Parts: sequence; structure tokens; C-alpha cells
Amino acid sequence: MKKGLFEHINRTAAWILLLFLVLPALIAIPVSLTPKRFLSMPTDTFSLRHFRYLFTSPEWLSSFGQSAIIAIASAGLATALGTFCAIGLWRVSSKAGEAVRAFLLLPLVIPPIISAMAFYRVFVPMGLLDTYAGLILAHTVLAAPLALITVSASLAGFDQRLEQASRNLGASNLTTMRRVILPSIRPGVLAGAVFAFIASWDEIVVTLFISKFNVYTLPRRIWNGIRENTDPTVAAAAVVLIFITLIAFTAMTVASRLRAKSDT
Amino acid sequence: MVARPLRRLSPGWILVAPFLALVLTLFLGPIINVLWLSITDPEPGLGNYAALFAEESSLARIIWTTLRICILTTVISVLLGYSIAYAMVHVRDSSRSRMLALLLVSFWISVLVRTFSWLMLLGRNGLVNNSLEAVGLISQPIEFMRNELGVLIGMVHYMVPYAVLPLLASMQVIDTRVLSASRSLGATGGQTFWRIYLPLTKPGLIAAALLVFIISLGFYVTPAILGGGKVLMVAEYISVQLLVTLRWGTAAMLAALMLAGVLALLFVMSRFMKLSTIFGGART
Repeated sequence: MKKGLFEHINRTAAWILLLFLVLPALIAIPVSLTPKRFLSMPTDTFSLRHFRYLFTSPEWLSSFGQSAIIAIASAGLATALGTFCAIGLWRVSSKAGEAVRAFLLLPLVIPPIISAMAFYRVFVPMGLLDTYAGLILAHTVLAAPLALITVSASLAGFDQRLEQASRNLGASNLTTMRRVILPSIRPGVLAGAVFAFIASWDEIVVTLFISKFNVYTLPRRIWNGIRENTDPTVAAAAVVLIFITLIAFTAMTVASRLRAKSDT
Repeated sequence: MVARPLRRLSPGWILVAPFLALVLTLFLGPIINVLWLSITDPEPGLGNYAALFAEESSLARIIWTTLRICILTTVISVLLGYSIAYAMVHVRDSSRSRMLALLLVSFWISVLVRTFSWLMLLGRNGLVNNSLEAVGLISQPIEFMRNELGVLIGMVHYMVPYAVLPLLASMQVIDTRVLSASRSLGATGGQTFWRIYLPLTKPGLIAAALLVFIISLGFYVTPAILGGGKVLMVAEYISVQLLVTLRWGTAAMLAALMLAGVLALLFVMSRFMKLSTIFGGART
């Protein structure tokens, strides 16, 4: 089809819109370099003092560490649960299975404020409020549906006859799972793990309700910083988060390129 | 597959059980408990719901504000998302992967970071106001924040990628020969778009609109920060009830309404597109 004037205008508009989606976040970079003690744009001189503070203050460092522990633990648990669940539902492949799948995706779309209420209600009697275990369990429930989706997508392209062949050749259930199924769905499992990690690492609303003093994650500290709206350390933290996102994204893209190459 | 008799449950369920048990005990159970609270706290009955219709009630105003902002966010995000998705399926592969990269990076940047950025950009002495003043377009700073405009900007910015994904999923499967047929039968480009292309993308449009609306309904971070306490939406009001005034009954009632709305819309959405299809489109 010949490209009309409309298509050209729309294409330009789309590029502008995409830049509008990404560029505003970059304002954090100049703000983080201000030499002043309050949030401001640097005028003539730049300073790294806020980064220095970010990486030496015990509070910020402990928040980085806590977020990393919680995100790694929840991503591990969520990936395991989501992967097993996806394989199970794929084996079951029935109407009831699809209903259960739809139900298990709900934590993704139920408003986080409602999830927060729910976790609060159940964690108070269990004594899990403001504990690592509580946050890890809550983040696992919220993140496992992501692994369920990515692994299910991988399984959709997996030839069921391979599993039957493995069983016919005498492999046990466990061996088949370990040597045949898991290797061929590895891309889905890895993608699920990365998404689950990000979901936990960024999670704020549920965290606000079920943590208090003991556990103080990075998003929680940034949230407080934003609410106080004075300390430029928040801008430095935002810059670090943007860089982590970019590095993770580049790594994922490179990995999937390499995989695509090795497949052909 | 051969239908199995009911008494022999598929062994696959063993693998489903751990996650299912976790969701039932830590998620569904307490949500039912919250729904129960809405009719028992502070006293049994429908008092919490009746408060919605009471005169002088701020509840109705808050719900109306929420719906208004969500509808506006949905309309704007889907329009912008349509433009992006349309361009993405009609460009060269190399441009498409660059566009997808921008879309996914914005999708991945933390909502807190993005909200913080808007705070820096839109404030009275923010970059936008300062620049506009410097070039002489305005003499007084525009009030972007602590009002619905700021909340709307922040929410649309967050929601556009969510609108693009279902639209992309539906546009990618359109058979382009149908469009060529329309053109060769004498239809103009505009007619082909309005009468052939747009109707073909209807499932994607509906799924995009419902998805954005659902996520907007429960949105907390952006309204709380960019609204600056002046724009009260349901999610933030619930949090105030829980953390400040400790009125669980009112909070539970609002949560029940929100949940009913979300589930009803999800049901409608499932008629047009599966949730896994939408998020599956995000894979690189």
C-alpha cells in the first residue's frame, strides 16, 4: 500500500509520543547533580555530593540491601511456583484448568490497595506484619502470575510428543521434567524471573501497608523522600534506578538476540 | 485429548496446588474477610453502603472524581496508544524494534521515579513553567500540580504503554490483503481506515480501554503525589481510612465497590481478549 500523508504525520506523532514516555524521567539526572541542599536544578556548578551520600548513608544502603533480599527471594519463590503451576495447568489442559488459570492471574489486576488490605488482615494474626517473611510472601503472590504467563507462553510452543517420547523411553516423571520440559521452556522461566524481580523491587503500595520500621525497602524510602519533597538524594536514587532498568533491559535484549541467533 | 473420568484427577494438579493454596490462604481468604467487614464493621448491616447516599456525603464526590479522571485517562491513553501501535505495525522492522524498546523502557521505569520526575517538571518553579516563562509565553506560572491536570498528565503517561499492548496484539494479526482489496475496489485511504481497519481493531480497542480503566480505578501513587491532597481518589481515600481515621468499615465498603467494578470489567474484557495475550505482547 502507498503511504499517505496521514501515515507520515502519524509516524512522526508516534515517535514524539514515545519520547514523551521516556524523556521526562531523565529530569532526575540534572536534579541529582545540584550542589544545593534542596531539590533544584543546578545553575552553573555540578556536584556529586548527593550520590556520595546515597552510597555512604547507612539508611539508604540498608534499604538497597533489604530491597535486594526481598526481591531475590520473592522472584525465586514466584518463579518456582509460577513455573510448576504453568506446567501443571498445561498437563491438565481442561476447562477447569483454564478457570483456575484465570483465577490465579487475579493478583495482577486486583487494585494494589485492595491487595494491601487483604495482606494486612491476614498478616496481623500471623505476626508477619513488618517482617521479611511477610513482604516476601506478599510479593510472591503478586509476582508469581507473571511467571505463570511467561512460562505458559513458552509451553504453548512445546511439542507434547517430546514429553511422551521421554516417558516411553523409560524416563521417570521427575527426569522428564528436569531433562526435557525445563530446558525447552527456559526462556519463559528466565523472563518470568526477571519480571518477578522487577515487580517486587518496585512494589510500593502493599509495602506501605505491611511494613513499618524493621523493613524499610528502597521504594518506601523514595516514597518518603518524594513526600517530604526537599532532599535531592531522592533524585540520585531515581537516577540509579533508571540506570538499573536500562542495564537490565539491555541485558534482556542482548540475551534474546543471542537466543534467536542460536535457534536459527 | 481423551476425557478423563472425574474420579481420576490429572496429576498436573499436584503442580498447581502450591501456588493455588498460597493464593487461597493469603489472597482470596482475606479479601473475603474484607468484604465481610464492609457489612459488619462498625456494626452489622448496610450502614457503610447507606453512607454513600447520605446528604453532605463526601463519598459520592470522591467516587465521581475517580470515575471522571479514570474516563479521561482512558480516552486519552487509548487515543495516543492507537497512534503508537498503528505506527509500530506499519514501519520497517528496525524502526519497530527501536519503538518497542522505547515503549518497554518506559514500561519498566519505576512508577515512583516517573512520578518524581513529573513533580520536578510541573511544579511552580519546575522546568516546564520556568521554560515557558523564559521564552515569554506566560507571565504567571501555570498550576499543573495539586489539581486534576497534574494527576491526569501523570496517569496518562503511566497508562499509554498498557493501552499500546492490546492494540498491538490485535493489529498484528490483521490480514493486510483485506486492506489492499478495499483500496483496489476504489475506497480511499480514509474510507479503508474508518470502515475496514478500525472495525477490525475493535477487540484490541475495547481490551485496551478496559485494561487502562481497570488499572486507573485503583491507582494510588500518582494521584497521591501529583494531586497533593487536593484531588482525592478512592484508593487514596481508602488508605486514609486505614492509616489515619482507622475506619475499616468505610474502607472495606469502598474496596468492595472497587472490586465489584474491576471484576465485572475483567469479565467483559475476557470476552474480547485474554489477559495472557495482552501481557504476552510485552515480550521482546
